[in-house]
Amino acid sequence: MELTKEQAQEIIARRVAKEFNDGDVVTLGIGLPTKAISYVPEDVHIIVQSENGVLGVGAYQDDSNRDKHIINAGGFGVTVNDGGCFVDSLTAFAMMRGGHIDITVLGALQVDAEGNLANWCIPGKFTPGMGGAMDLVVGTKCLIIAMEHTAKGAPKIVQKCTLPLTVAHKVNMIITEKAVFEIKNRQLILREISPYSSLDDIRENTPADFSVDLVK
Amino acid sequence: MVKFITAAEAVKFFKDGQTVMIGGFLNCGNPQSVIDEILKTDLKDFILIANDTAVPDDSRGKLVVAHKIKKAIVSHIGTNPETVRQYNAKEIEIDLQPQGSLAERIRAAGAGLGGILTPVGLNTLVAENKKIITVDDKDYLLETPLKADVAVVYATYADKFGNLAFHGSTKNFNVLMPMAADVVIVEAENISETPLSPDNIVVPGIFVDYLIMKENNGTD
Repeated sequence: MELTKEQAQEIIARRVAKEFNDGDVVTLGIGLPTKAISYVPEDVHIIVQSENGVLGVGAYQDDSNRDKHIINAGGFGVTVNDGGCFVDSLTAFAMMRGGHIDITVLGALQVDAEGNLANWCIPGKFTPGMGGAMDLVVGTKCLIIAMEHTAKGAPKIVQKCTLPLTVAHKVNMIITEKAVFEIKNRQLILREISPYSSLDDIRENTPADFSVDLVK
Repeated sequence: MVKFITAAEAVKFFKDGQTVMIGGFLNCGNPQSVIDEILKTDLKDFILIANDTAVPDDSRGKLVVAHKIKKAIVSHIGTNPETVRQYNAKEIEIDLQPQGSLAERIRAAGAGLGGILTPVGLNTLVAENKKIITVDDKDYLLETPLKADVAVVYATYADKFGNLAFHGSTKNFNVLMPMAADVVIVEAENISETPLSPDNIVVPGIFVDYLIMKENNGTD
């Protein structure tokens, strides 16, 4: 069945949220990864870190609490939960690089079967810069890529990334609207098939070698 | 000892072709008034060191739009379409840096270090032409210090000793850059007659040379 972009993103965000454990310190990329916050179960409390120097990011601001000097890394006004704090860029990146983040969720342009990630540059076409992405992925205990399975029909999970890498051999999990993959010892393993997809559909849209070891 | 000057007077500390650090992250914690004064001059060809080039009508972004920047050493340009256009048209040189490495390189300069060793960027384009140093069987890139002729930063609070404190997420690069430039100019939203509490000071006044007087300070 054909899903709309919104439906696909909701499926992905809901599945990502299941990976969070109570107490996890989590960093989420701008866009789709951030949507996962909406689906975190009530009894699971995560601490969201934002690379611009906020720990304990809360809900978006509304008319009752506008403060233009409290933003997330996307430039949007946010609130800070009890226990949160503000830090400078050195400390924010020490949290990432130093292994103090439990789960990092990012989008991707390409991910490959060995866990390589490309998400900052399409040479000659699109070079926004890596921002904090390269630092975010290095020290995290678990790197999840949350993205639509294909981009305008073109596969994003490939045998070998052709775009400039963000990081080599670091991705632990890929969550799309069609499937959940794990990457272990540089091997891609299909773990879940979405109710909206099938093994044939996944094979057709995934030009990378993978084994199938579905979660029961 | 810190001196009080107007934003217009600050312009005399800049020369064509200088390396200039400007604090702020996207739309947050940006110095404005010194930049607005620079825009009134013929100053040009700056090498900008900053987190990003903001948006076209804000702080660093305005300098790009006015073609005042020859080269930008930043982590991100995607929020300023004019930077992207100038980059594609080869009107500006862009040296993209991982954000955490950029911060540490600035700190290294300010802290008297010869560089930092980081795993960030290994096996990527960032590693090109850089030394790899192995420590305890782990590889690291050697990232060299980044220093500036002039730094312009934002602070929420300052006292007459040049001590600085910050509200919200305005600390970002504003806290690091005052360590790493020959001349440091601060635009503070609140300048207090009484000293800030030593417990709350984030940037010690010894790193600060000039404070822009509030009445001349468009920063908000």
